[in-house]
Amino acid sequence: MLASSTTPDPYFFIVIFTGVALLFPLLPLALAWMWRRFFQPPKPGARKNATYECGVESVGEAHVQFRSQYYLYCIIFLLFDVEAIFLIPFAVAFTGLPVGAFIAILVFLLLLVEGLIWAWSKGCLQWAS
Amino acid sequence: MSEAMDQGLKSELQKQGIFVTSTQELYNWGRRNSIWPLQFGLACCAIEMIATAASRYDLARFGGEVFRPSPRQADLMIVAGTVTKKMAPQIVRLYNQMPDPKYVISMGACAISGGPFKQGYNVLKGIDRYIPVDVYIPGCPPRPEALLHAFMELQRKIDDQKLSGSDKAAFLKKDQPSEFPVPAFGEHDLQPPANPDLFHPPQIERK
Repeated sequence: MLASSTTPDPYFFIVIFTGVALLFPLLPLALAWMWRRFFQPPKPGARKNATYECGVESVGEAHVQFRSQYYLYCIIFLLFDVEAIFLIPFAVAFTGLPVGAFIAILVFLLLLVEGLIWAWSKGCLQWAS
Repeated sequence: MSEAMDQGLKSELQKQGIFVTSTQELYNWGRRNSIWPLQFGLACCAIEMIATAASRYDLARFGGEVFRPSPRQADLMIVAGTVTKKMAPQIVRLYNQMPDPKYVISMGACAISGGPFKQGYNVLKGIDRYIPVDVYIPGCPPRPEALLHAFMELQRKIDDQKLSGSDKAAFLKKDQPSEFPVPAFGEHDLQPPANPDLFHPPQIERK
């Protein structure tokens, strides 16, 4: 009975914690507000209130649209980029290759060339539609 | 406030453990030890400014190492280098976007007067034509020690600024402007070539 009256409730620390957590940001903000209110006159202006903080005036719209065609270009570029990685060791070892390996790489190339022709005929390489 | 308190009484109070006697003192102490400069350099002076901020000269000793990339968070503009006429409108605009109180250090011969390029067609003959400058540093370029000296001069200036009374600091007065007109390109030069409210060069009298 005596112990429970002297030791504080264990949840009391959460109350203290919440109080400090609220005071810590709110007190400086309140002090800054009071300072502005009683000492410093506000001096707003067109440039000071401008959204964009830069020496240069912003030009045009922020909502710029990119053509979705760009996405197709990227994927095709990525495919042929990977193809180039395969082609370099093939070109380096070209003279010492057996016939089977040579035919295998030709099949690989043929597949990609087919893909290129297909993309071309679908109009994927056309930038402006 | 305590501008009337003399130095002897102040040191006597400090011996007794009383260090802060007025709001103004506390406010200015805080301000002068946390001057955040705007992070931008224009020419070779900027290299000296970078050296000042780096470990050897260590601007952090004066509380000025926090170079801000945004004018909204900056207290001090160090105009470090040649201000071309192409760059001058941008600098004035950046100065306008800084919140009060704001200060300007004009670093080096070019920022003061155009320096070696004064006779050229494309260099502004001193940034004080468009924005008020607090401290000028001569030199081409000034050494980091000179920039530190300018920084200390600025701290002294901030320390002397009054919060109240008729001679209070300009940024506390309602009628003092915080923004200055941005010059634009005219046919031959920036228009206007100088802000007439701000730029009062000493008249040379030849006899």
